[in-house]
Amino acid sequence: MIATDLETILEDAAAHLYVWALKDIPQDLRDALADAAKKETSVPGQRVLQTILRNVQVADDQKNLVCQDTGIAVYTCRVGERFPLHPARIYQALKAGTERATIEHPLRSNAVHTITRENTGPNTGYRLPIVHWEFVDDWDGLDVKCVPKGSGSENMSFLKMCVPADGVKGIKQFVLEAIVGAGGKPCPPGIVGVGIGGSADYAMYLAKEAIARPIGTRNPDPVVAQLEEELFELLNETGIGPMGLGGDVTVLQCHVEHADTHMTLNPVAVNYQCWAARRASAHVAADGTVDFDREA
Amino acid sequence: MATHEVTFPITDPDEILKLRAGDEVTVQGHIIGIRDRTQIRIFDQGVEPPMDLRGAFLLHTAPGVKKRDDGGYDKVCIGTTTSARMVRFTEPLGERYGVRAICGKGGFPDEAIEPMQRLGMVYFAIVGGAAALETTQIEEIEEVAWEELMPECLWKFRVKDFGPLTVGIDAHGSSLYHDVQAAAQAKLKELYARL
Repeated sequence: MIATDLETILEDAAAHLYVWALKDIPQDLRDALADAAKKETSVPGQRVLQTILRNVQVADDQKNLVCQDTGIAVYTCRVGERFPLHPARIYQALKAGTERATIEHPLRSNAVHTITRENTGPNTGYRLPIVHWEFVDDWDGLDVKCVPKGSGSENMSFLKMCVPADGVKGIKQFVLEAIVGAGGKPCPPGIVGVGIGGSADYAMYLAKEAIARPIGTRNPDPVVAQLEEELFELLNETGIGPMGLGGDVTVLQCHVEHADTHMTLNPVAVNYQCWAARRASAHVAADGTVDFDREA
Repeated sequence: MATHEVTFPITDPDEILKLRAGDEVTVQGHIIGIRDRTQIRIFDQGVEPPMDLRGAFLLHTAPGVKKRDDGGYDKVCIGTTTSARMVRFTEPLGERYGVRAICGKGGFPDEAIEPMQRLGMVYFAIVGGAAALETTQIEEIEEVAWEELMPECLWKFRVKDFGPLTVGIDAHGSSLYHDVQAAAQAKLKELYARL
């Protein structure tokens, strides 16, 4: 496979992933929403969840977008060290694919210059789309996941530089405070992504990684997995409920990603993903074979 | 919690007074789409809106649309945005233009309660993100003003069975958002003590 062909294949895949993610939400999310509807006892909360389930069905039937907010396109890439296309070209392919999907569908274009607020392109611009990179030793493949991130939930992002003496208790308290303060604005019930450790910027990066995981997957570190369980239970005791109208189900899940940190740091970042937690993935082999994967 | 059907624009203020926080409402008739830049133009830049807003139902939206050859617009995907950013326009919308209902997602903070009570207005909570369904309830885009603000123009939609909406803030001083937040703050104290 020559690199230019691979770049075209990846551009096609990105265009497909963006639209697919917007229209057809993953099965784990569908299951989590159906479970939420079984648990919810408040009248407005139940009304919201039934409307959400109806909406997902209408999006399927009409091949329409689940939510009008096409978001900012965020991609996470796991690149094998022997994948034949350089990450600089991978980035250009993802950008071109995002543009094509936006123009061809057409999708609402949300991208603006952050000061002038003028539109910068078909969901692209300077440093847009956003790509998270991970490099994998001794592999020749590429995994790419598209996570269109809506602004309603992204606006509910929070960072606190806790001190070591605050401990895990400080982390829990900050996450609770953030989600209660956010109320109905980020379209609950969704996925609460928490990033802990590292540095200020890396904690938020990890929080975004956390929201992109399939619902209910647990951090491989048992200490962190326990924190996920505890936060999940605590958050659902707050009573914020679906769309902040009060109820039993405030979050579908809480995912935590961590990094080791400095002995005097204890950063905690919260990134919210709305109930329409859209994501779509593909595995690209070195020979250009693309395997679209609903579960990843 | 009662259920109601209301047709907008309304002429009888009692239509609003009968609605109570938590009630379910389905809307018929015509609604007006509005957003941040539209309201900044009206109130901060002092430009009179070219549509009659008396008795109106405003929807916080920036729709996804497709322009037709005849200059009109077809709907692609129409959903609702977060209201809290636009709370400061509540009072002048009611006082100066006679708007009677504002619909969005996520609610208004408490500063909206007093003007809504004084001016006989309600806030309707829609399900944020449920745009595929919402699009089917919008029959037609009848009018578009200020196209240069695309997609934050002033839109006139004809709707059928728009909802279900929940009365989030009523015209009697009651707000679900206030009540839920007060209960959650009390609960937080209890949870912190357990950590």
